[in-house]
Amino acid sequence: MIGFATRRLIQAMIVMLVVALLAFTMFRFVGDPINQMVGIETSIEEREALRERLGLNDPIPVQFLRFVTNAAQFDFGTSYQFRQPVSELFAKRIPATLELSFTSALFALVVGIPMGIYAGLNRESPISKFFLSVSLIGISLPTFFIGILLIFLFSVTLQWLPSFGRGDTVQIGSWWTTGFLTISGLKALILPSVTLGLYQMTLIMRLIRAEMLEVIRTDYIKFARARGLPNRLVNFRHALKNTLVPVITITGLQLGAIIAFATITETVFNWPGMGLMFLQAVQNVDIPIMSAYLLLTAFLFVAINFIVDILYFYIDPRLRVGRP
Amino acid sequence: MNVLDIKDLTVEFPSRKSVFVAVDDVDMSVEAGKVLGVVGESGAGKSTVGNAVIGLLQEPGHIAGGEIFLHGKRIDNLSYKEKRLLRGRKIGMIFQDPLTSLDPLQTVESQLVETIRTHLPLSAKDAQKRAVELIDSVGIPDPEERIKQYPHQFSGGMRQRVVIALALCAEPELVIADEPTTALDVSIQAQILELMKKLCEERNVAMLVITHDMGVIADITDHVAVMYHGDLVEYGETTQVLGAPKHPYTQSLISAVPRPDVKVDRFPVVNYIEKAGTPQKQIDISTHWLGKSRDYEQVAGPLVQIRDLDMRFEVRGSIFPSQRKYFQAVKKVSFDIEQGETFGVVGESGSGKSTIARLITGLYHPTGGSILFGKTELTSLTNRKDVLAMRRQMQMIFQDPFSSLNARMRVRDIIAEPIKFHKLASSNAEVRQIVDDLLDHVGLGAQSGQKFPHEFSGGQRQRISIARALATRPRFLICDEPTSALDVSIQAQILNLLKDLQEELGLTMLFISHDLAVIRQMCNRIGVMRNGELCEVSDCDELFEHPKHPYTRELLDLMPSLELLSRANLETA
Repeated sequence: MIGFATRRLIQAMIVMLVVALLAFTMFRFVGDPINQMVGIETSIEEREALRERLGLNDPIPVQFLRFVTNAAQFDFGTSYQFRQPVSELFAKRIPATLELSFTSALFALVVGIPMGIYAGLNRESPISKFFLSVSLIGISLPTFFIGILLIFLFSVTLQWLPSFGRGDTVQIGSWWTTGFLTISGLKALILPSVTLGLYQMTLIMRLIRAEMLEVIRTDYIKFARARGLPNRLVNFRHALKNTLVPVITITGLQLGAIIAFATITETVFNWPGMGLMFLQAVQNVDIPIMSAYLLLTAFLFVAINFIVDILYFYIDPRLRVGRP
Repeated sequence: MNVLDIKDLTVEFPSRKSVFVAVDDVDMSVEAGKVLGVVGESGAGKSTVGNAVIGLLQEPGHIAGGEIFLHGKRIDNLSYKEKRLLRGRKIGMIFQDPLTSLDPLQTVESQLVETIRTHLPLSAKDAQKRAVELIDSVGIPDPEERIKQYPHQFSGGMRQRVVIALALCAEPELVIADEPTTALDVSIQAQILELMKKLCEERNVAMLVITHDMGVIADITDHVAVMYHGDLVEYGETTQVLGAPKHPYTQSLISAVPRPDVKVDRFPVVNYIEKAGTPQKQIDISTHWLGKSRDYEQVAGPLVQIRDLDMRFEVRGSIFPSQRKYFQAVKKVSFDIEQGETFGVVGESGSGKSTIARLITGLYHPTGGSILFGKTELTSLTNRKDVLAMRRQMQMIFQDPFSSLNARMRVRDIIAEPIKFHKLASSNAEVRQIVDDLLDHVGLGAQSGQKFPHEFSGGQRQRISIARALATRPRFLICDEPTSALDVSIQAQILNLLKDLQEELGLTMLFISHDLAVIRQMCNRIGVMRNGELCEVSDCDELFEHPKHPYTRELLDLMPSLELLSRANLETA
């Protein structure tokens, strides 16, 4: 177990280093960073001085090492647009994105798993067929379209829910702001998290259904029935647990995807999260923000993958113990 | 009084077009402490009888007529919930494959305890105690320790014991065992059968054993019911039915069981069974492509000489050589295969028999030793052209006829592929002609070339595999358990076909099997393998009459005795 975890950690570090290299390359070679920082009237001497001061004349490996060391301390440099440290900008935006992602992941799991179990167990029932048709919509409609549709329905026509922003937020600690504690904050969460989570929900539902159908056919389920176990035990203790390994894999990856690619939903709902900031950074060629975003995304995926690998150990005893 | 009575049972499976009658008007009964065997070939409806009794018929199958009584109480018309309460409590069931019938994610203990507590009003602690007793009673050592383990930590035979313990959890009156030993090795099979017989007598349980294996029937049953296409063709005391079968189907079935005691020239073919191979247009080997230009270099001595063959697999990889762990699959094995003979390799699963086949064909590269084929050393071949030339001379027939044919290709293309690959024919028309002739020759008929593999039965598919193997005009054929997935009657046909082809084409064969009776009928010389080592090599009759190695003797002793079986008045076709 410990050996396995260490091996995975080493692999994760290698992945992070490769991503850091990419981010560094972008920082260093996409355009001249000096040009981005100074105005047209700056003289060549001043530019050289700045270049020297920023260490841009050092050998490239030294610069890379410095980049990695700084990144490890959450120092990603200064944004070209805002003239503020990138880490501060992110700190302001992260709570919004994390709250949105968390809510939509919860929505996807809480709705998707029971639907999947039901559809897997009652394959022929009309409700299962209805679930499947609905899930087809979730999978095939693009996120921005669903978002606009929901805004049109619930904000414009019915006027039940706000169409943009986070509503009122409450400050917790020095930098975390939350929308969970106010009515308007919670209301504002509903539409974006449904929009963001709909695709994941249908995916989880279909996955669970397919896995359930597969597991239900196995001999150990037949044997469990032949032992006269009640359906509740057969379906949940034996069948559901055996479907979990692939489901956890996909859910983990999807959670990463929700956090990292909330960009579109954030744009549609004008949600003040990282995605929106990233989009603005791309428009303004704000490379420090872009490379920090790249690193952050990669870190999220690697961390989630690591957790998923450890979870396997708890679910599947065949991985836990060596074979006799 | 009988524990189980089945009266006029009919089970139907309606499909879109018609109704398939899986079990037709069947009567049988079992007494407490007795074993009733239900025997038949695949599709005979024997498993359906068991499923109908326990109330687990696969949808849309249903009982269309008749009655089932358990201790005189009718059980076939109970509601789903009432039937569920019978399952496990009154009727226990044992499945075929112990590797898949236990939930891999739960400990043995939790599966036992949940079953016990479903049926008996015991506290968790008492249920645990009972679970340990059960595990002890099915003969698993260190029950307290082992019960905490997961199924994958048990071997196949041990898992089947756990399955039996699970079936006996709540003291059922009837146990249904569906092919309980088919997936096990002979030595384990003998132990499990003994255990079942013992438990049945000790606990006064009635047992219904469903099997295709005459050996199992002869070993443990008191009564036997022979089924054929859903009908009960013969029913009576085991000694009576096996010793003096009345129905022609029973007679043919018994005659098709390979004899371990005497070697016969050909396998008796079950005449009763249709589709024994369509009448074939024989091709004249002396003039045909198949027999022509067998331009292999002539060798004086043995065709294959294996010396000190070693194969180990890395079980755990590591960058440090000292940390690596290996599994030695084949240890210092040496033997010769003479030209034109059939050399048999027999052994239990994991003994390394299939590994040897793969080493010879070059699917694996040995870690040591040499394989001399004719005059060529196979282990040192590096040139791709030489390797291909060697591969053309040897072909393989695999065990599972369902997964060894590409389901997306027509049979004609499957057989033509090796001919085209090795450029053995000059034109497409000639290839087509050869394929048609091959299909005729293996008894399928040229018209079957247009079909896809799924349209054929297991035995027919194995014929396709043989035709494909012949398509390179090999001189050495490796058969890896070619008939273990087939019914006995089909097995007899396939083995006869292999014998005929060997005679016609002068093929040399390496025949791998776990079935001693089949080995005896097919082979000239036999090698016995155990744990990667070759225990003994000797002539066929010599091995069976005067086994030298203790392991060989042990294997021979474990063979189910088939002395009961009537062999009189049976023609060998």
